[in-house]
Amino acid sequence: MSVRHALLAFLSEGPKYGLQLRQEFEESTGEVWPLNVGQVYTTLQRLERDGLIESDDGEDETGPQKVFRITEPGRTELDQWLSTPPDMTQPPRDELVIKVLSALRVPGVSVHDIIQVHRRYLVELMQQWTRLKEDEADFDLTFALVGDAEVFRLDSVVRWLDAADSRLKRAALEAPSAKPAPLIRRRLVTRR
Amino acid sequence: MSVLRLHRVSKSYGEGETLVWALDDIDLSVEAGELVAVMGPSGSGKSTLLTIAGSLEEPSSGEVFIGGAALSQMLRNDKARLRRRSIGYVFQDFNLLPGLSAVENVALPLELDGVPARRAHRAGLASLERVGLADRSGRYPDQLSGGERQRVAIARALVGERRLLLADEPSGALDSKNGEAVMRLILGACRAGVAAIVVTHDAHLAAWADRVVLLRDGRLAEHGDRERSEPSVATPQL
Repeated sequence: MSVRHALLAFLSEGPKYGLQLRQEFEESTGEVWPLNVGQVYTTLQRLERDGLIESDDGEDETGPQKVFRITEPGRTELDQWLSTPPDMTQPPRDELVIKVLSALRVPGVSVHDIIQVHRRYLVELMQQWTRLKEDEADFDLTFALVGDAEVFRLDSVVRWLDAADSRLKRAALEAPSAKPAPLIRRRLVTRR
Repeated sequence: MSVLRLHRVSKSYGEGETLVWALDDIDLSVEAGELVAVMGPSGSGKSTLLTIAGSLEEPSSGEVFIGGAALSQMLRNDKARLRRRSIGYVFQDFNLLPGLSAVENVALPLELDGVPARRAHRAGLASLERVGLADRSGRYPDQLSGGERQRVAIARALVGERRLLLADEPSGALDSKNGEAVMRLILGACRAGVAAIVVTHDAHLAAWADRVVLLRDGRLAEHGDRERSEPSVATPQL
């Protein structure tokens, strides 16, 4: 999560105070990602140092406050960030994938049982998110979006476990004595 | 007392070398007001579990109890009456009769059970109202969207005094929005006291259930209970 760019996005709506930005950040993520005040001000200082925002001394009902506004280079940086896909060419070092691959090598361990343990855990997490969504979705659009993202992410992992389970079963039936295939290094290349 | 209880239920097909166990020593209970999802890949035995739970098929061994009554001890006519009065079925492909309007489809199980037509029609309208389709009562299935057809099928499954709802991939033919709407309706029926089993391969839909049962190669693996999550499961931090 880029706090830096999220703050630029809030400032693109107009000048704001630091505390106001923190509150808007938490609201906009359905309060799923808490953000401490120190992190907000450190990020704002860096944005100002880089010329992406500027500040004036202002005042609100609690007294003197620094008010921040986005600059032209800040707006350009924000537009570029929004339309640049995150780098997904390299698979992440996923601990669950590594656990399943490792289970294949451990004598006396059923990889299917290992898959089932993880499937169960993920489905329970999905139940918890779905319950939260069920209670909150009608009232809070941002929370519903974040909840959907999390449920779909967990669902994709469950689908991978299902696919791995059936691929391993097929492999065991088709080639019970096959040796492991030679390692082939492959690299994903995408045009940006 | 559980609305549905499967006690040591097994089901096999074929014999000798071709013998296959579709279900192997299944114990499962569903209480009034509870939504249970049976989740597993195709071929895991989940549809067999549903047909046996709904008395559409008999187990090779073990016993099925509905409302405490053992199905194996019932006469054929009593079982048929139980199916008509107490159990509602929802299928992936809706199974609506194309020549009947929405309300006629919903009222049909009652009419087949001898309920006078006018009373059955009133109950059909009330059931359509529960799924938010009272204004579509006169439409025929081909005049309804896929999501609406499945809602009519749910209204039919709930019409009258049904205690047990059995759904086989009820949102399989629907997009995610309509699939979610179907699960919300089934959950709503459970909150009103119905016991329900939904079988699905889709974790996204199973996650709506109070309890998720994982089925693999005809055997129950574990139960996920969203009310009683175990300490090892982290609660989403909000």
